Amino acid sequence: MTNTAEISVAGGGARDDKRGAPRELERLMALMTGDEKHGPAATSTLDALWVLYDRVLRVSPATVDAPGRDRFLLSKGHGPMAYYAVLAAKGFLSEELLPGFGSYDSPLGHHPDRLLVPGAEIGSGSLGHGLPLAVGTVLGLRAHGLTDPRVWVLVGDAELDEGSNHEAIAYAGPAGLEQLHTLVIDNASASFARPGGIVARFEAAGWSAQAVDGRDHEALYAAFTRPHPGRPRAVVARVEPKNA
Amino acid sequence: MDTMRDRFISTTTRLLDEDPRLALVLAEISRDGFRQAEERHPDRVVNVGIREQLLIGVGGGLALTGLRPVLHTFASFLVERPFEQVKLDLGHQGVGAVLVSAGASYDWPAGGFTHMSPGDVALLDTLDGWTVHVPGHPDEAEALLRHAVAGDDRVYVRLSLQTNREARALTGGGFLTVREGRAGVVVAVGPMLDTVLAATEGLDVTVLYATTVRPFDGAAVRRAVAGGGPADVVIVEPYLAGTSTAAANDALADVPHRVLGLGVARRELRRYGRMDEHLAAHGLDPRGVRDRVTAFLGG
Repeated sequence: MTNTAEISVAGGGARDDKRGAPRELERLMALMTGDEKHGPAATSTLDALWVLYDRVLRVSPATVDAPGRDRFLLSKGHGPMAYYAVLAAKGFLSEELLPGFGSYDSPLGHHPDRLLVPGAEIGSGSLGHGLPLAVGTVLGLRAHGLTDPRVWVLVGDAELDEGSNHEAIAYAGPAGLEQLHTLVIDNASASFARPGGIVARFEAAGWSAQAVDGRDHEALYAAFTRPHPGRPRAVVARVEPKNA
Repeated sequence: MDTMRDRFISTTTRLLDEDPRLALVLAEISRDGFRQAEERHPDRVVNVGIREQLLIGVGGGLALTGLRPVLHTFASFLVERPFEQVKLDLGHQGVGAVLVSAGASYDWPAGGFTHMSPGDVALLDTLDGWTVHVPGHPDEAEALLRHAVAGDDRVYVRLSLQTNREARALTGGGFLTVREGRAGVVVAVGPMLDTVLAATEGLDVTVLYATTVRPFDGAAVRRAVAGGGPADVVIVEPYLAGTSTAAANDALADVPHRVLGLGVARRELRRYGRMDEHLAAHGLDPRGVRDRVTAFLGG
């Protein structure tokens, strides 16, 4: 894994880019940040988010309230520019909202609020809330007889420090919540971590788990779509270390 | 007579049969009582183990899918331990749930301070949009629970082993006038009613009975002090003393008035024993309440 100061942008917005987010996303992020180029920290989630929204999630602006939609829960609410850019690129929210990012009259805060952001399934910012909410969402879908929709939750590697995640991880494996998917963006930002510890932690709780290059779109897509009958699924997307 | 907790179990078990929107989440506590419901509705009766942060988070997720979650454990583990989940996974997400607690302030005195939750209602007072029910009898607990389950809002139902001898007919969320007098007003909350009635025997005071304390029925307090006597109000609560004092002050903001809040003291007793011993230690037995009410009213 290299630690480049900037993420190179390959191609021009084509959905089959092997590496790097489309230029369109860079342009949308620039509306929020004023910068043409964004460092690894701001884009740690960008490629994984793009592959999810572009190729995996069965949800669109027309189906944001449909009971049978797939759900994406951004648990790591920090640095949401990439998330807002993807939502704008996919038509969930108007690109005109992006320049107001963080201002008093804007619905787009530095942490997302589901009551303000079209397409946002949860409000987040305080770490460790998304996974338990995702577990409840899967249980709710199941109680409604909806076993087809998938629920995805994005957490950061350091976010996994929070004990509430481990209540959810330890429950979801033995409970066999196949509809539940956790995407861990691993930029090695946890102060106390062991190599391979994240995958091992999920596997020990009975999850199907795999680590992949978080900038490689094909690898992400393959990991996101691999079958995992009877078990929840965790994909650890490794990106450039935050502090290296 | 069954306890409030017994009634919660039997009522919720029936409601699960009747209402496909209803879901129950447990964290081991009371699981034996719900065994039959769990077998009948495995998708809507969920035990998450001893995981109270998950208990509340799961409730938030269930509500996001349109279910009506009932979340239950001891008060200290339902409100205090996962308080940020209560704040964010329900309120901030804009969803509702019915939180039903057992244990109250000292239902199990021999269990010690770890299982006492006198501060639960005061904690919820820091949040927006919570209805708080404090039934004083199993029949009242059932009525309030049924009402709570039918809604979509955020409701806390505080069950206790402390009860009044008779149930009162509850009408809406307003305070009931149980006794009328001219020398002051005493508001008895939930299971404190019998104590308050005994403590004020022979005193010329109005006694109001509150089983729904949030929203606080300020209009009833205003009406009670409007009779011409002094605007002196005593609130007797089975949890942290003074929890509703600010609400009473707000209700009487444009009237010269005095408010005395009686309830459980902050001071940790570090005692075990029985409930009646804890009630006496906090001055919440009839004699303790009478002494303080008469001293306050100048009687």
